Amino acid sequence: MQTEEILASSEYKYGFSTEIETERFPLGLNEEVIRELSRKKKEPDFLLQFRLKAYRKWLTMKEPSWAHLRIPPIDFQKICYYSAPKIKQKLESLDQVDPELRKTFERLGVPIDEQKRLTNVAVDVVFDSISLGTTFQKTLQEAGVVLCSMSEAVEKYPELIERYLGSVVPIGDNFFSALNSAVFSEGSFVYVPKGVRSPMELSTYFRINDKVSGQFERTLILAEEDSYVSYLEGCTAPSYDTNQLHAAVVELVALDRAEIKYSTVQNWYAGDPKTGLGGIWNFVTKRGRCQGVSSKISWTQVEAGAAITWKYPSCLLQGDGSIGEFYSVALTTGHMQADTGTKMIHLGKNTRSTIVSKGISADVSSNSYRGLVKIAPQAEGSRNYTQCDSMLIQDQCSANTFPYIEVGNATSQVEHEASTSKMSEEQLFYLQSRGIEKEQAVHMILSGFCKDVIREMPLEFAVEAQKLLALKLEHSVG
Amino acid sequence: MLEIVNLVVAKEGRVILKGVDLRIGSGEIHAMMGPNGAGKSTLAKILAGDASYEVLEGDILLQGQSLMGLEPEERAHLGLFLGFQYPVEIPGISNTQFLLAALNAKRAFQGKDPLEEEAFSLLLQEKMYNVQVKEEFRHRNINEGFSGGEKKRNEILQMAVLEPLVAILDETDSGLDIDAMKIVAAGVNQFMTADKSLLLITHYQRLLSYIHPHMVHVLVDGRIVRTGDASLAMELEERGYDELLCVKDGVCN
Repeated sequence: MQTEEILASSEYKYGFSTEIETERFPLGLNEEVIRELSRKKKEPDFLLQFRLKAYRKWLTMKEPSWAHLRIPPIDFQKICYYSAPKIKQKLESLDQVDPELRKTFERLGVPIDEQKRLTNVAVDVVFDSISLGTTFQKTLQEAGVVLCSMSEAVEKYPELIERYLGSVVPIGDNFFSALNSAVFSEGSFVYVPKGVRSPMELSTYFRINDKVSGQFERTLILAEEDSYVSYLEGCTAPSYDTNQLHAAVVELVALDRAEIKYSTVQNWYAGDPKTGLGGIWNFVTKRGRCQGVSSKISWTQVEAGAAITWKYPSCLLQGDGSIGEFYSVALTTGHMQADTGTKMIHLGKNTRSTIVSKGISADVSSNSYRGLVKIAPQAEGSRNYTQCDSMLIQDQCSANTFPYIEVGNATSQVEHEASTSKMSEEQLFYLQSRGIEKEQAVHMILSGFCKDVIREMPLEFAVEAQKLLALKLEHSVG
Repeated sequence: MLEIVNLVVAKEGRVILKGVDLRIGSGEIHAMMGPNGAGKSTLAKILAGDASYEVLEGDILLQGQSLMGLEPEERAHLGLFLGFQYPVEIPGISNTQFLLAALNAKRAFQGKDPLEEEAFSLLLQEKMYNVQVKEEFRHRNINEGFSGGEKKRNEILQMAVLEPLVAILDETDSGLDIDAMKIVAAGVNQFMTADKSLLLITHYQRLLSYIHPHMVHVLVDGRIVRTGDASLAMELEERGYDELLCVKDGVCN
């Protein structure tokens, strides 16, 4: 393959934008904007109060500066806090979606037409600030599983929202979660009743289209006793030369023996690979509470985009015998910066956690793993296993590992393994000398390195995730 | 079969090979010997197409076709094989997966249909039996956690599966105990037929007790300074490079 072809094929193929009439708030943030947002969404008073409380808290907070990131100053008054494609009437089904929008999602590989839908995956589609609708509603309804937009959930299940919103990630948890709590406009809500195994994978596809909009989605997943659900989110954005802010909050609650598997394939626009201009700033707070005994929450993420990623999907292991898992591949190329990892907070007895983190950095990017394993004094007999591997491609990029370990009792065990390697010319030469083409060789080395993480992904997405990683790296190798 | 003409090779501005000529015919085994730093491994890697070296002059021909400018995988497709002195570890990819990909790449080049996993499994079983490697080699990741000897035997297994026309084995004997060496030698001897060629790069004579070369070359400081039959290897073993080549005084007999 010629160099030009490789470059062309590795360009960000989701970088187009959609011409569509939108309704949008003026730029900037104040109490009136929040009241207007809440009014527009016809929210109950408790939610308006939640937002205002968060806003006031946010005003007193400062952006975190401890991460290994160079973050340019963000002007929060130059961001639009509500932007939505104009929809004349409420849609009865996704088939009524504007053809222009429908085309957008076809190009993204998320067909929302009835005939072409991904089999066995129910998708909620979010475009800028609003949800366009959810596929496979009927199948889900029959099982009693709820997958809907946050707005719809506020309308239909206000008591659940009031009880659980902010229960895992408190309003004042951090600067970005406070901002999100004040201004979130959309997101997904999942509810799995007692004893139910969700009949299919649930998924949300997020698309930022607007140039000046921030995206602040809010996701809440509740898994009742003895239930199981697997949820996947995907995200892309057009290539603009300005930055867009994405500050999401995801909260998961698992009751007794419930299991939630949450997977992410993050492919936001990462900015121009040569100049670093543009790209999404991705500041995300994700946390799960293993509230019940023997409950389990598992995070799997493939982070392959965004100019800046600041993200630590975490588990509060409250219930005795509960299990937390974090499997991550973070890839940085061009001028990307990522500071990502997890927190495993062991509170219950005999709780277990596993962390497998694979960082790949290329070009002039910077990639850090930051992780906290904390075992409380009462969490007797707990165990953690952490494995952190970094792979460097070329020699101008950097990889860092910041593990924090606090163990509060003598009956617990913590294991930490770390390695740094270079995807060497030697490895490539070895495979090539056996007749394997360079491109396939890169693909093989990468998938070998990420195998422990990719195999945790739902089957439908594992192949996609691997392809994405290989595509992203093609022009960085050799 | 393999012809090297006045090969001059540099790395990072330093000239390592200073004009090497070599011709290996079908059915022939040649041994390349020489002290450390003579350029033996460079020769092996440059033949296989290692791009970190620069060819300043000369040509390499395989069956009359120049290999200059060809990628390593293209050379492999044409029938070249390099057994590495230090095979690298590649985590997460099983030997089976790797060998099937390699074999099918070659078959695609030859215009043959890819081998299915089942058929390949049988082929692999036969080859593994022939070169006496353990069943577990199949599932283990490429060279990961292999001992030195296991890595070398894995190279021989790869050679047996890929069936090249010309094999270059770079110090395949180093790090092997006597039993392992016998097994490797048996594998090599099995590989050798009238239509194949072999270049054995070795520091010591001992492998040559099991694999009998038609010709022995001595490489010193980037040049072939002596060429002879198998007895040259014996002579080297007895007298050492220095004495044989009078390198110390700079006067050669």
